[in-house]
Amino acid sequence: MRAYHWLAAILAAGVAGGSAAAQTIYPIDRAEILEGSRFDFKVEFPNAPTSADVNVTINGKPAAEVLGRPTNFIQSEEGQKHSALWLRGASLPAGRYVVEATQGDNKATVNWDVFATAQPRRAKNVILFIGDGMSVANRTAARILSKGWKEGKYDGELAMDDMPNMALISTSGTDSIVTDSANSASAYTTGHKSCVNALGIYCAKNALTLDHPKVETISEIIKRHRTGMAIGVVTNSEIEDATPASMIAHTRRRSDYNDIVKMFFDVKPDVIMGGGSPNFLPKSTPGTKRTDDLDFIAKFKEAGYTLATTKTEMNAAVTGGAKKLLGLYNTSNIDGAFDLRLAKKGSIAKFPDQPDVVEQTKAAIEMLKGAEDGFFLMVESARIDKYSHSLDWERSVFDTIMLDNAVKVAKDFAGERNDTLIIVVPDHAHAVSIIGTYDDDRPGQLLRDKLGTYADSVPPNYGPRDADGYPTKVDTSRRLAVVYGSYPDTCDTGRPAMDGERVPAVKGPDGKTNIANEKDCTGPLATRKTGNLPFDANSGVHSADDVILTAMGPGAEKFRGHKPNTYVFRVMAEALALGGK
Amino acid sequence: MRRRSPIATITRREAVLGLAAVGLFDRAAMAADTETIAFDGLYKSFGVLGFEFSDRVTALRGKAVRMVGYMAPPLKPESHFFVLTREPLAICPFCQSDADWPVDIVVVFMKNETAMVSAGRKVVVTGRLEIGSATDAETGFVSQIRIADAGFSLA
Ligand SMILES: [Zn+2]
Repeated sequence: MRAYHWLAAILAAGVAGGSAAAQTIYPIDRAEILEGSRFDFKVEFPNAPTSADVNVTINGKPAAEVLGRPTNFIQSEEGQKHSALWLRGASLPAGRYVVEATQGDNKATVNWDVFATAQPRRAKNVILFIGDGMSVANRTAARILSKGWKEGKYDGELAMDDMPNMALISTSGTDSIVTDSANSASAYTTGHKSCVNALGIYCAKNALTLDHPKVETISEIIKRHRTGMAIGVVTNSEIEDATPASMIAHTRRRSDYNDIVKMFFDVKPDVIMGGGSPNFLPKSTPGTKRTDDLDFIAKFKEAGYTLATTKTEMNAAVTGGAKKLLGLYNTSNIDGAFDLRLAKKGSIAKFPDQPDVVEQTKAAIEMLKGAEDGFFLMVESARIDKYSHSLDWERSVFDTIMLDNAVKVAKDFAGERNDTLIIVVPDHAHAVSIIGTYDDDRPGQLLRDKLGTYADSVPPNYGPRDADGYPTKVDTSRRLAVVYGSYPDTCDTGRPAMDGERVPAVKGPDGKTNIANEKDCTGPLATRKTGNLPFDANSGVHSADDVILTAMGPGAEKFRGHKPNTYVFRVMAEALALGGK
Repeated sequence: MRRRSPIATITRREAVLGLAAVGLFDRAAMAADTETIAFDGLYKSFGVLGFEFSDRVTALRGKAVRMVGYMAPPLKPESHFFVLTREPLAICPFCQSDADWPVDIVVVFMKNETAMVSAGRKVVVTGRLEIGSATDAETGFVSQIRIADAGFSLA
């Protein structure tokens, strides 16, 4: 993006060469900004000029005049080699804006589209499902495992397949082709693209992670001007992790977990559920990860939240009519469906009464549906991604089925009401594909001998499905051959990891290079694979592939063709008519 | 407790010597009265709202202990301490972070700078048991259980 500014400056000024870096304007070029939403306006000028040497205009007028408040100029910000012009918490009426920042002979220009939202409001509720890292192959495999396959057709559709609208979504961030979950989720919750590791901000030159120019999240927008509307954030990751954090957070560094807990408390979504309790506990409590004495369990209780630490307590809160709930069910991530149902590994022994995403979704809708002015609920199935990082596709696909069952809950709620927009979308893809089936009856001793492709890709023989569509046996003689396109040095066993989540690689003795986890390198079919990733990688990586969005309900018809991820925010904001003061 | 700044430019030769010295230290410690503790015996209750140390761990506070676990990838390559974990760790740079350690880790403060071994290798750590919340002044890392003045050998 910076290169684009530089080019624009050269074209506009008609000069070439010389200047190393041009001034940078935030929000960036081609930003689409919801009318009335808050954003921090910042311009950075290289070489630390004085205010007399620079000029900033919006549509030809002084920036302060258009934004209605004085700007603040800081020469040599933080002692760095740039000056900065700020206006925190700006907002604008709908329209097209051309922002120009002049510094000597250099001119940088960006264009903003500040969009209004049509009245009347079309959706009372929005439920946004995020399948973290859910690639097309996840959906295909979930359909095969949970619905069955016969003579080239499926015996049923996934709940997320059977929705009227669909779009192809691109997920890149401002700084890289391949995104991470922080800036991709942030695009959904703010409508602004961001950079790797960042949430609710533009990545400027600020040294402190909490000082970068902020953009408002959909939770903050709703809380600011819809007092009767409720917010829910549900995940099976740690609640401080990127996707749930994108609902409330503004930080350059997604691992600022203790700050993110405070930001949850500042915004106060009505229903908050996930894992990650240690960042809520004061540092005096054994098991805490806080570095201060703040007790956020106590603070949330004082603010009227019911606390639930188990599924039983969650359900009791629903029965008891709770409208504000803090549900923390694990110190780390909540266990995925594969372990909750089948393998019983992970942290099941320590936390035997955790809800899954389906049960969480049911409870959240039950608590939120009474809100007089509707609700916005974000539900993440987080471990689809985490298990793909560990090249553990069975676990990843079980959590895809789990997401689909949660979507079914939402569809049942929406029923014939026609007032609830439901969106199902991944935040990014993984390089994962189904290339055939492994059949133990094929001749030969190696994993490759057992692989049937094309005509030999015989249907798998997974065990009977339970009432929720999960196969009850996966370590069978004919299995899907699911491969990852990105991997460190690793050993492929060709079978599900029944004794716990796969650990594909471990740190080598040099402390940098990762090497195959020898635990997976024995066994009848185990195959050693030389990694194709950089040597410091220890797991699979995200891919830049587009992802599939499906949607239904008022506003969903806007999803068609190919769109950037920021468009998801725009459709939700339009359906809820969130524009205006 | 304040930690000295670690040696950033430790050479391979020094590292190997360090490892040998630790091996000696470990053998010496084993001869003394050293109790073995295990991950399963650290806490008597383990819940979302915090833990309680087991009676045995409480009784062994300040005493010499031996513990087996996996050496986790270091927080910083030049760090003077490492984290002992129940299982080998795979840390995903984009879905996990330093904040994402398992909660039942044991932090090991080394007596000498020591070369890392593969995170997939089990190590036997010997040293003095410390319990209770402590924040490392240098890194801000908060820990509940530590083994201080420690050495290790391969398991
Ligand atoms: Zn990821």
